[in-house]
Amino acid sequence: MNYRYNIGCSLTNLKGIRDFVRKTLIENNVPEIQVSSIVLALDEMCSNVMIHAHHCNPDDSLELQIKHPQTHTFIFEIIDDGSVFDINEFAEPNMDSLVHDKRKGGLGIRLVKSIMDKIEYTKEEGKNICRLTKKV
Amino acid sequence: MVSIKRLQESGADIIAVIGEIDASSSIELDLAIAKSVGEGFKRILVDCHALEYISSAGLGVFMSYIEELREKKIQMVLYGLKEKVANTFEILGLADLLHIRENKSEALKLANELSV
Repeated sequence: MNYRYNIGCSLTNLKGIRDFVRKTLIENNVPEIQVSSIVLALDEMCSNVMIHAHHCNPDDSLELQIKHPQTHTFIFEIIDDGSVFDINEFAEPNMDSLVHDKRKGGLGIRLVKSIMDKIEYTKEEGKNICRLTKKV
Repeated sequence: MVSIKRLQESGADIIAVIGEIDASSSIELDLAIAKSVGEGFKRILVDCHALEYISSAGLGVFMSYIEELREKKIQMVLYGLKEKVANTFEILGLADLLHIRENKSEALKLANELSV
């Protein structure tokens, strides 16, 4: 199965992304508690791309694809043509420094890394693909 | 996406968060806490009964107030978190940094104890 969702890079569209991910996972019988954390991880990744690669420009778009190649594996691909924001290269700040510096970023990356099993970046036909793998 | 209501009870300010907090709506939570702090409340309770979802943007708002609240001796306690919302706090270990209780009376009790 392969599901696609295209959306403008406005943060108000995050709700649509969450609904799309939730609906797709529930259709595929993923347990509710896992659905919630996967929805959260995709919200975090898509908002990162919207903010850092597209400055929330609603005329720019990104595509989210959900693939379900094996019974217990889901692959989520975020495809766009902005600059690459590779969270693997972003050091996770510790919680103390987050509190002290009042940094509101960094938490999302911690969440995604703890929820997803694999985070990879590739480039195909000039497009950036961020591929997240999750075993359920 | 999110609606925020404030009411006062037993001298505490109660901020009720209704709906979903993500990167587009976290500013609303930020403004509500800023108002409560600005008005001089020493006990702030955050009612999360109707909070259906929170992403890191919302968690970041709570985190960003920790030091200011400590400096101003303001006690903030969250209560009524749904399991899926509580789970997000737990993934990040935020339960250790923030005060969280089951219900309003426990939250108020803790805020009173911490204020002494």
